[in-house]
Formats: sequence, structure tokens, C-alpha cells
Amino acid sequence: MSLDPEILSRIQFAFVVSFHILFPAFTIGLASWLAMCEGLYLATSRDVFRRLYQFWVKIFAVSFGMGVVSGIVMSFQFGTNWSVFAEATAPVLGPLFSYEVLTAFFLEATFLGIMLFGWNKVGPRLHFFATAMVAIGTMLSAFWILSANSWMHTPDGFELRDGIFYPVDWFKIVFNPSFPYRLVHMVLAAYLTTAFVILGVGAWYRLRDTAHESARVMLMMGVGFVSIVTPLQIVAGDFHGLKTLEYQPAKIAAMEAHWDTERGAALALFAWPDSAAETNHFEIAIPNLASLILTHEWNGELVGLKDFPRSERPPVAPIFFSFRIMVGLGILMLIAGMSGLWLAWRRRLFDTPWYHRYLVAMTPSGFIAVLAGWITTEIGRQPYTVYGLLRTSDSVSPVGAPSVLATLVTFVVVYGIVFGAGLYYILRVVRTGPERPPVDPKPDPYATPARPLSYPNESVGERS
Amino acid sequence: MTTMELLPLVWFGIIGFGVIMYVLLDGFVLGIGILSGFAHGEHERDIMMNSVAPIWDGNETWLVLGGVGLLAAFPPAYTVLLPALYLPLSLMLIALIFRGVAFEFRFKANRPLGWNMAFNLGSIVATFCQGVTLGAIVQGIDAEGAQYVGGAFDWLSAFTLLTGCALVAGYALLGATWVVMKTSGVLQAKAYGWSRMLLTSVIVFMALVSLYVPFLDGNYAERWFGFPHALLMVPFPLAAIAVSYGLYWSVAHRHEHLPFLLSLAMFVVGYAGLAASFWPHIIPPHLTIWNAASPPETQGFLIVGLGFLLPFILFYTGWSYWIFRGKVTRDMGYH
Repeated sequence: MSLDPEILSRIQFAFVVSFHILFPAFTIGLASWLAMCEGLYLATSRDVFRRLYQFWVKIFAVSFGMGVVSGIVMSFQFGTNWSVFAEATAPVLGPLFSYEVLTAFFLEATFLGIMLFGWNKVGPRLHFFATAMVAIGTMLSAFWILSANSWMHTPDGFELRDGIFYPVDWFKIVFNPSFPYRLVHMVLAAYLTTAFVILGVGAWYRLRDTAHESARVMLMMGVGFVSIVTPLQIVAGDFHGLKTLEYQPAKIAAMEAHWDTERGAALALFAWPDSAAETNHFEIAIPNLASLILTHEWNGELVGLKDFPRSERPPVAPIFFSFRIMVGLGILMLIAGMSGLWLAWRRRLFDTPWYHRYLVAMTPSGFIAVLAGWITTEIGRQPYTVYGLLRTSDSVSPVGAPSVLATLVTFVVVYGIVFGAGLYYILRVVRTGPERPPVDPKPDPYATPARPLSYPNESVGERS
Repeated sequence: MTTMELLPLVWFGIIGFGVIMYVLLDGFVLGIGILSGFAHGEHERDIMMNSVAPIWDGNETWLVLGGVGLLAAFPPAYTVLLPALYLPLSLMLIALIFRGVAFEFRFKANRPLGWNMAFNLGSIVATFCQGVTLGAIVQGIDAEGAQYVGGAFDWLSAFTLLTGCALVAGYALLGATWVVMKTSGVLQAKAYGWSRMLLTSVIVFMALVSLYVPFLDGNYAERWFGFPHALLMVPFPLAAIAVSYGLYWSVAHRHEHLPFLLSLAMFVVGYAGLAASFWPHIIPPHLTIWNAASPPETQGFLIVGLGFLLPFILFYTGWSYWIFRGKVTRDMGYH
């Protein structure tokens, strides 16, 4: 592998995107959770919901800040590293990105300010309105960005002239064939990601025997949510897979490391795919299962990778493994939801340490599953940026390898520092907890406010 | 005028509006960052940061709108500009990352020194890179069709370094007059001093840039000094002189709001003067707004939504400024 701008740009884009996706995946769910907490507080006046809001909004603010700054980088990457791609697709994709900014980013950014700093400036209903606007903004953002991404997988509603994609039917562009499935799958993934973080934090407080009331609410709401949404997500993923088989059969073949076209194909639980030899080593497989899952028929036909020329095949191993990681985590999530439901029914949800330890271990599961899912779908699109029409090797900017290498190294270092610091501050907020003990209320006007974690005078408490 | 001719014109106006909104709004926030290096102690820095904490995020969004708007409406301009300015724009992004997270991290850190520096240096570097970008566009970018054909350092010249420094002074002036408006007491008195000093340097920089521009390219010289175009250009320097005078006067008479409003006006005048210099190009010397326009189907689709959404955005942006009006106190954070 030589240091050519294409490889470096691909690494850089993969790095920047993977880093960025963690934050939307978290904040989409967290914004809805905050809106729910605040809504419940307004409806019931129970103080625990206010405390939960005040606690999670700090974590939201840090995550959102990192999502914003890494997102700005994203919006420039198309031009700096993929200018040929940008030129070809701008007439179609440009408006989708622009609509994301117009409908979502301004809404989120503006109302976030009111959400964080407006407690004493606007009334409770208006403040709840601001929280709801931020939550709606994150949804709209997901809508547009997944529309754009799906179009690159299943392009529709355009006309190709001289290498440029001209829009013909905007409805077909926005609601392209894979978009509804991808959107549902991603939004549910974001919700599950947040739910498992909330469950993990709640379970950790139970294990440490602290923050009792908050921990109970988090566990109860989290288990209720996860036990309903995980099965839904598995169904949504199945539908998404069927669409992928219809439009990107090579990707499905790579996900299953399936080389020969056959009826009644087996599902490999584990294997070591070997692209050079076009076979799998150490395969453990269940007969007929792949056909059953993907075609919903015992003897359905699955097209194998050998039916595609080598130049049209995506890299098999990363897709095969990342897909298995995602599905495996999905099964662990299902176990978490079902056991939680069973424990709640037996009235032991708050007093079962092994289950709480399991939930703590599952805290990052959503993030890993989201990353694995994106790796599956995006590497599965190779060797194309616009599937079947524009090759990745023809998409790259006329930028020299040294420039790309320099920025790649810088981004890795900078993201390491920023991500590390952000994670550290989030963990510190978690450790302080939502039900901190009363601190000596002797505010020194010149020393305290800059030390927020020891700052006793929480502004929300003064709300009338 | 047909739709094919009119749409790019409208879009030039929209992109121009987006960019000036960004320059004005994030300009004073970056200015706060530049000046934070001169603030005395954590107390003053807290006040300065709290004065912009609720609104900076929305302000920065105009940059993203400018970027994706350019991609949608004038793709060749976007695909020439970004690779040509790969290094300064990447540096700007990294600086904006540090600047942006400093807002959150600084208040969460036990020892905020590192994030103070991230805020200060991030603001300076981001501003300088934006000034370099502006200068590089004015001096012209080599392109064939929609692709950049120059090297990695073509943007680097005495002129772009000058515009980089000029913008640092300019944003600092916006920041200083914002501090005048939002604070009182010692910090406000200090901000009056900054404003006065920065105004002088901004005038010097504007004069240097204005004198330099005609020598960059024969077309600019022709536009500024050839008859009859020069008559159309005369209002720009006259307006700049009038605004500068107003600024000196309002700072000397300790007006609280007027200096900030006049600083904004100063930017509008300078911006309009530059735009008039290279009109009808969007990226001189090759790309005009006509040959860089995306197809009418694209420009038309987006303009419908924009016409509907932009009033809402301006309305709730204004509303959030209204909510956070008045002088800033130190303990208004949520932290």
C-alpha cells in the first residue's frame, strides 16, 4: 500500500466520520430523554425529574459541543479531500446538506443556548419548548443526513450527464429506496445507545448504593425502553438487510463471506475470509440459515461473491467481522432487555447485582454497535462512492499526499486530546452524580462559579 | 432577465448574506477569544465568555451554511476553493475545534489554564486563517473548469498574510465593542481602551489592503481608477471614513451600543468594497457566478425552502438575542 492521496483521504474520512457519528448517536437519544424528563417534571412536579434533567444536560452539553466541532470538519471534508466527488454530486447532495443546516443546525444551536442558559430568563413552558426544539432538531438532522447517505447507496431521481448528477425528481432523491430503512435503523440505534448509557449509569449508582431515587428511575425507564425497542430494532435491521440484498447484493455476500451462488445457503457463525483464495478458513456454519434470514425461504438463492468481478467486490473481512460484532451486540442487548423485564416482574430489578454489573459492562455497547454497523454499510459500498456509478478512486481531490498525511496526523492527535478531555469531564460529572450532598452554601462571588462541580447554587432551584 | 441568469444572481446574494452574517456574528465571538489573552484574571474571562456562551453556537452555524450553500449553488467554486486552501482551512477547523470545546471544557476543568489558551490561540489562529482565505480569493486561484490546478502553498503571499493580520485586528475590534456593550465597570473601561487602539490599527490595515488590491491585478486597478467605474466605487472609501469618524466619536463619548453597531457597519462597508472589486467573479480570475452556477433545478429547489425557512431562523435567532439582552453577570452559567 503506497501513500497515495486516495488511501490517505479514505483513512482520514473514515476516522473523522467514525469519530463524529458517536456524538449524534448519543445526542439524538439524549435530547429526547431530556425532553421527556423535563416534560415529566412539568406534569408531575416530582423533583427527581428535575435533578435528572440537570444532571444529563451537562453530559449533553459536552457531547453536543464535541459533535458540533467534529461536524464542522465533516462539512469541509467533501471539498478538501473529495472535490471530484463533490463536483459530480453537488447538484443532488448540496441541497440535502443545506436543508440539514437550515432545518436542524440553526434550531439545535439556537435553542441549546436557551436550554443551557435560559432557566432564569424564560418561563418553564418556554424552556420546555426550547428542549423540545433541540430534540426535534436532532431528528431533522438525522433525516437529511441519512437521506444524503442513502442516496449514495441507492441513487435515484437523477440524470447523469458528462459525469455530473443532475436532479430530476426531488421526491425520489430524498426518499430513495434504502432511506426509510436506514433512517429507522439509525434512529433506533441512537435511542438504544443512549438507553444503554443511562442504564449503565443507573446500574453503577445501584452498585455503589448511591443516588437512589435517580438510579431507580433510570433503571426502570431504561429497561422499559430497551425491552421494547431492541426487538423492534432487530426487525428493522432485517428489513434493511432485505433492501440491501435487492440493491447491493455484493455487500450482502461480503457480510456473509459467501463466495458461491447457491440455494439453501449456510450462515457462517465464525470464519476467516480469504479474499485471495476466494474461500473461508475455520468456518463454523448453520445450514440453510442465511437463505432463511435473507430471503425468508428455506431454499432461497443467495448470490456469491464469485459472481462479481474482483474489481467490483468490497473488501470482505472487515465487513464480515463488523457485521457479526453488530449482530452479537444486538443479541446481548436483547438479553439485557428481557432479563430486566423478568427481574422487574419479580420485583428484583433494583436488587440484582449481577444484572447491574452486566448493564455497566453494556454501557458502551450502543457506540460499538453503531460504529460496527457503519463500517459494514460504508465499506460494503466500496469500490464506489455513489454505488455503481462513481468509483472512490475517481472521487478524490487534486491534493498532494503530504498535505493529506499532515492533516490526518493532526486530526488524530487533536481528536485524541479533545475526545480524551471530553470523556474525562463526562466521567467526572457521572461520578459527582445527580443527587450530590449539600455543599457549604457560602458563595464567594469571586471564586466559585468557575468550579462548576463544586458550585452549590444551581440556578434551576430558584425557578418559581 | 431569464431564470437561468437571475437564479445565480439571487444565490450570490444569499451566499454573500450568509458569509457576512458569519463574519459579523462569529467575528465578535472570535474577537472575544482574541481579547481574552488580555483579560485580567479568571473573573474577567468568565464574564467575557459568559457574554457569548448562549449564542456562539448559532453564530458559528452560519459558517456551515456558507460552506454547504456554496457547494449546492456554486459547486465549481467550492471544489476549487477548498483544495486550493487545504492547509489554511484545515488549520482553521482545528483552531475552531479548540475554540469551541473550550466553552464547555473550561468551566468543567479544575485548572482552566490549558482551555484558556485553547480559547485564545484557537480564536487567533481561526481568524488569521479566515483572513488568509479571504486574501487568497482576492488575489485569485488557478483553476481549470471545476478543479484546482495550483500547488499546496499558492495561497501564501505577503498580501494574504496582511489580510490575515487585518482580520485579527478587525474581529478584535468587534469583540472589544461587544464587551463595551455587555459589561460595566473596570472591564468596560478597559474595553473602551481596546476599542480605541484597535480602531486605529483597523484603519491602517484597511488602508494598506486597499492600496495593495489594485496592484494585484489589472482588472482591480481598472475598476478602482478607470473612468467611469471609479465613480461607482467612490462611496466605499467615503463610507469607511464616515464610519471610522463615528466610531472614534462614540468611543470618546462613552456610548455603549453605538461603537458595536458602527463596528458592524465598518465590516459591511469593507466587505461590500471587496465584493465590488471582483464582481461578477465568485472565485477570480476564472469563475464567475454564471459559469459556476449549479443547474437551475438545484438552485430552484433550495431557494423555495430557503425563502420559507430563513425568516424563521432570523426570527428565533433574534429572539434568543433578546432573551440574553442586557449586561452580563458572572454567575449566569448553567454549569
